[in-house]
Amino acid sequence: MRVALFVTCVNDTLFPGTGKAVVSLLRRLGCDVDFPAAQTCCGQMHVNTGYRAEGTRLARHFTEVFAGYDAVVAPSGSCAAMVREQYPKLVEPGSRGAAAIAEVAPKVYELSEFLIDVLKKEDVGAYFPHRVTYHPTCHSLRGLRLGDRPTRLLQNVRGLELVPLPGAEECCGFGGTFAVKNPAVSAAMAADKTRGIQDTGAEVLCAADNSCLMHIGGTLRRQKTGVRTMHLAEILASTEDD
Amino acid sequence: MSATFIGMPGNFPENAAKAVQNSQLRFNLRKATHTIRDRRASVVGELPDWQELRAAGKAIKDHTLRNLERYLLRMEEAVTRAGGTVHWARDADEANRIVTDLVKATGETEVVKVKSMATQEIGLNEALAEHGIAAYETDLAELIVQLGDDFPSHILVPAIHRNRSEIREIFLDRMPEVSPDLTDDPPALTEAARLHLRERFLRSKVAISGANFMIAETGTLVVLESEGNGRMCLSLPETLISVVGIEKLLPSWRDLEVFLQLLPRSSTGERMNPYTSMWTGAVEGQEFHLVLLDNGRTDVLADEVGRQALRCIRCSACLNVCPVYERAGGHAYGSVYPGPIGAILTPQLRGMGSELDASLPFASSLCGACYDVCPVAIDIPEVLVDLRAKAPHAAAERAGMKVAGWILNDHERLAKAQRAATKLRRLVPKRRLPGPLSAWTDTRDVPEIPEESFRDWWERTGRGERSGGPTEEGLRGASEEW
Repeated sequence: MRVALFVTCVNDTLFPGTGKAVVSLLRRLGCDVDFPAAQTCCGQMHVNTGYRAEGTRLARHFTEVFAGYDAVVAPSGSCAAMVREQYPKLVEPGSRGAAAIAEVAPKVYELSEFLIDVLKKEDVGAYFPHRVTYHPTCHSLRGLRLGDRPTRLLQNVRGLELVPLPGAEECCGFGGTFAVKNPAVSAAMAADKTRGIQDTGAEVLCAADNSCLMHIGGTLRRQKTGVRTMHLAEILASTEDD
Repeated sequence: MSATFIGMPGNFPENAAKAVQNSQLRFNLRKATHTIRDRRASVVGELPDWQELRAAGKAIKDHTLRNLERYLLRMEEAVTRAGGTVHWARDADEANRIVTDLVKATGETEVVKVKSMATQEIGLNEALAEHGIAAYETDLAELIVQLGDDFPSHILVPAIHRNRSEIREIFLDRMPEVSPDLTDDPPALTEAARLHLRERFLRSKVAISGANFMIAETGTLVVLESEGNGRMCLSLPETLISVVGIEKLLPSWRDLEVFLQLLPRSSTGERMNPYTSMWTGAVEGQEFHLVLLDNGRTDVLADEVGRQALRCIRCSACLNVCPVYERAGGHAYGSVYPGPIGAILTPQLRGMGSELDASLPFASSLCGACYDVCPVAIDIPEVLVDLRAKAPHAAAERAGMKVAGWILNDHERLAKAQRAATKLRRLVPKRRLPGPLSAWTDTRDVPEIPEESFRDWWERTGRGERSGGPTEEGLRGASEEW
């Protein structure tokens, strides 16, 4: 199976550890992982902020870069949801673009979907002896409908104690450019989210999206809570050797 | 006299920034929205066919909107046949003028009102006041808002921002007949309102209502309510004037069945609301006028993406699950339609000419909770994103987004930008970014910029040996139609 990693621009630039974790995890599970170097960004920020033309250019670039792979794996529920759900709305039905999107988009998987639905793995052989709580980010929860896939994976990690997050399904307040366009509401939402996280007594907050974790984590650090954030991929890639 | 939102200054982020600091408001809203939210979830959860009902609601509304002209004419014909008079109002001014003239013709200077979003949208009470006609709200929450010279902040619970001690203060201040011993016990407050209103019902000769639904096949109007005040207004006065948005139409009684299941469960979280009133034309000794209101709705109908907002049945389920509404409150939206539905409806009905209206499509984190609970499946995030593309953008933001788009459209440019950021990583302040990005660092630390981007790591560690990717010509066909 020819698997392409779509690392996403945020991970590529700010969280390379997440991309490395996906590579090591997928190779451990026997996948042949490729990183098409021409990849850049799915275009979500542009489209969702009202810059449709720029976003559509990036969507086109994406479909060209990832055509021809059996599967494209993204460690981001948000970017995977962008490709699968929003790309078709950017083009005219019946156009070349629509055909290109119809070809590529169904092969784009968020990491936990790929592990559970394609590789049929719930136990990925990880070891992570910490108390962890999981925030199901909005686009994973209500966009991709990942359901309990991520937590099933976490429950199979040896040593890991998974504690439920109160108000888990509520948005953390990141929302892309919303975080800077409506900073007061965004911060108020983050405050409620971090209170819930601290109530769990977890050492680590895990999610399938580093952009949300950047917002929640930035707030947790500012509040000096001592709770750290980790992408799902990084926990699943952890072994006894780490 | 309640105030009107029309022409309200400011913008959503500023309004919301003030609201989030109001601890009483935050507490009231959290408590109220979570209570209704949980109740809704439990009564929706007990119906095994909720998704089918939801799909049916959507399909019926879409069908009606596609054939709106036909059904509107059928409605007019049926109402006329049943002894009512139908008036067509292009906009708020025309509707207000029609209603004012009708009230004047009765010689009355007082009217009682059933809770109605449409009449608030057009500022009818204020328009009547200009002609010396006093309009009395009879819904308890609307009464609280009106007596408090306040704005409504929720579609279903207009006084959601008030707690009972505030309501007691308002009653003591504005109801001359009320005893100074009035407590803030809800039954005592309700009793005070009952006595206050009862006299108005018996005295008033004219009532003004909206409607939740209009049934085209028989010309019947339907109002759902909880307090019985609507029933009083609809049956006691000699003249009844109903102002109804043209999108409230349903073709037949069979269609109503679907909505009588969808609406109470979605709005108050009840299996069925206490009072459902239906009337067709005029009964003996009474006069009935139906004012069909456009006020921007046909423009919304012309928009392929935005038109789904016209499916809205004003249940306010989207408000009760919205994390932004819960913290910003209804007033921040500067419209009788607050929350997620307001953020897509107001800019479409009023346009985005004011700073406030142009800021509304951005008043959402696009979390999608609203779409999930909408009983007629309005994809609110989709409409928000579409409106954002039509909204005016600040010049600096446009320039920044252009540069970002240029960099992100080419992996070599992106790699160069990443390397530049890496070089400057020690210079990036963690706690205070410049310009508009300071909005981030006001409450959040900045993540550390890594020593090496993922792509450079991949390249350096030789993991890219198998890296195929697309051919150059595949990437260079950008000038062709896509």
